[in-house]
Amino acid sequence: MTETLKPIAENYQEQYTRHSPAQEAFRRLLRHRSAQAGMVMLGILVFIAIFAEWIAPYDPIALIKTVKRREPPCVHLLGCPKDKEQHIFGIDGNSRDLFSRVIFGSRLSLQVGLATISFAIIVGGFIGAISGFLGGWVDNIIMRIMDVLMAFPSLLLAIAIVAVLGIGLINALLAIGIVSIPRFARLIRSTVLSVKELEYVQASRALGASPLQILFNRVLPNAISPLIVQGTLGIATAILDAAALSFLGLGAEKPRPEWGLMLGEERNSVFNAPHLVFFPGIAIMFTVLSFNLLGDGLRDVLDPRLRGSTRG
Amino acid sequence: MVQFVTRRLLLLLPVVIGILLVTFTIVRLIPGDPCVVMLGEKATREKCDEFMARYGMDKPIPVQFVRYLSNLAQGDFGNSLRFGRPVVDLIAERLPMTIELTIGAMLFSTFFGILLGIISALKRNTIIDTATMILANIGISMPVFWLGLMLAYVFALLLKDTPFFIPPSARFSAGMTLTSLAKYWGLENVSGLQKFILDFMSNSVIINVVFTGNWKILKDAAWHLILPSVAVGTIPLAIIARMTRSSLLEVLGLEYIRTARAKGLIERLVIAKHAMRNAMIPIVTIIGIETGALLSGAVLTETVFTLPGVGTALKDAILGRDYPVVQGFTLVIALIFVFVNLIVDISYAYLDPRIRLE
Repeated sequence: MTETLKPIAENYQEQYTRHSPAQEAFRRLLRHRSAQAGMVMLGILVFIAIFAEWIAPYDPIALIKTVKRREPPCVHLLGCPKDKEQHIFGIDGNSRDLFSRVIFGSRLSLQVGLATISFAIIVGGFIGAISGFLGGWVDNIIMRIMDVLMAFPSLLLAIAIVAVLGIGLINALLAIGIVSIPRFARLIRSTVLSVKELEYVQASRALGASPLQILFNRVLPNAISPLIVQGTLGIATAILDAAALSFLGLGAEKPRPEWGLMLGEERNSVFNAPHLVFFPGIAIMFTVLSFNLLGDGLRDVLDPRLRGSTRG
Repeated sequence: MVQFVTRRLLLLLPVVIGILLVTFTIVRLIPGDPCVVMLGEKATREKCDEFMARYGMDKPIPVQFVRYLSNLAQGDFGNSLRFGRPVVDLIAERLPMTIELTIGAMLFSTFFGILLGIISALKRNTIIDTATMILANIGISMPVFWLGLMLAYVFALLLKDTPFFIPPSARFSAGMTLTSLAKYWGLENVSGLQKFILDFMSNSVIINVVFTGNWKILKDAAWHLILPSVAVGTIPLAIIARMTRSSLLEVLGLEYIRTARAKGLIERLVIAKHAMRNAMIPIVTIIGIETGALLSGAVLTETVFTLPGVGTALKDAILGRDYPVVQGFTLVIALIFVFVNLIVDISYAYLDPRIRLE
């Protein structure tokens, strides 16, 4: 009997005790189908963004003298004459290579997503922590302010903030960051409230830990899963909103290779040069989709209770 | 129920005050002389003094806020710098278009979203289900303005000489305009609230047509509204479809559904009468949340399809530094959003009696 039991026990050990919860979550993530798709797509994007200089055949900003404006794509494999220069996405309205611009756009887009959401997490997290720890009227006032911010459709509030700050990429990012604050503030606040009265937190307070230490050592570990999920999905929304602001002419300024701006500049040529609208849009969709898929996967893996609900 | 609605209305008060504070603050945060901000660079000294006195700009901020509120209550949203007209007139002119677009998109997304969600849930784990959910994921990730442009390209250019041609821009075909109801009824001398209501009704196609009987323009407007509605409605459609699927799947696993089936009820009735009623609650929530997305989408889509709505007005106002218009339109949009959320909350209470008692 003991002989047959032993291997099972060993097997059990191997399967269940070698991995920390984080490793276990990561293993499940690797098996999650939409997360797989999201990670592959994101991997491609990060690769393109890092090696943009090597991948892009032309400078994204310099004008090409030898081509006509808004020339359709020329791909040698698809029967474009070999003596013509290859421009696989065609030429834009300022006689620049669209493919190179789209490639460089990936860099900006990822930066935009990460920057705005990091800002929102840090500021929102801080506000939420203050609100949760102090409670009382401070909490009440902060949360009412958050309610008001959430009473505006987010993109419209961002537009209004840009109206105040002035047009430009940095201001647009700041605006998107500000409108994303409430969701993270609420998240951290609710985590603080749920662990504040627990014994292990009381214990560390009794041992003399400062509120900041409690925040980082006791509260944040509890908030990390929903933060990762909300952060990933938030990046998708932030990238879409940033592209929308640039499309309206309120964000990035010419000649920066920003996908939304590229679309906005060429929106009137959709009938005679559809490629100029098609490719930047596909790039935005690909990026947003990769974060959405990864976010969905993370949510299923990290927080099964949230399954089925949509964007924060 | 009455009690519930009253309480909900009271809870709304701080949010509305907050929104008013935000729109009030926006303009005051803009660097520069408030007089130049609100009246433009060309304002003369006298006009400036008059403006400062009228809006109490020399008084303390709380007094200014009260003045702002009392002006709003009297329908004074300031004057547009660019058009030299009261902002209220612009709102009456532009808002109906945006509301029509939002309603069109909402109908499109709710109908097809729920339909696809139900099909997906009933055909769970089949190719139909997988395909629908992949499409839903792509739908969520699409930029509204890009989809609008692509739809315009396909339906207005590629399908130009087929019966599927759909116009890609403007609210009506060339030469068509709405008759002003004020003129129609000979009420051109009214002012204030009456004028606002008359203008609003004149510019809203459905209301206008009901009174003037000009059905041709209704058909034309609806035809022009198809592409923008599809563009704005696609993201909400995808989200509603996902929500309907997961909500219905959850309900279908409950025991009362098994009971309904066990007693021999036909499947269609089980789904329609038993399951959907409970599955609707999260779906209604999502529809409410998505109204914000619809309004934002409307702003972007109006630009693509050159529709004379709130969105194009807001965008032009920001680019042209026409701050009274920015202030007025932001306020109006936020209030609509709050109002829609109120309706959503009330409809929950109707769908789920437990919420009423809480």
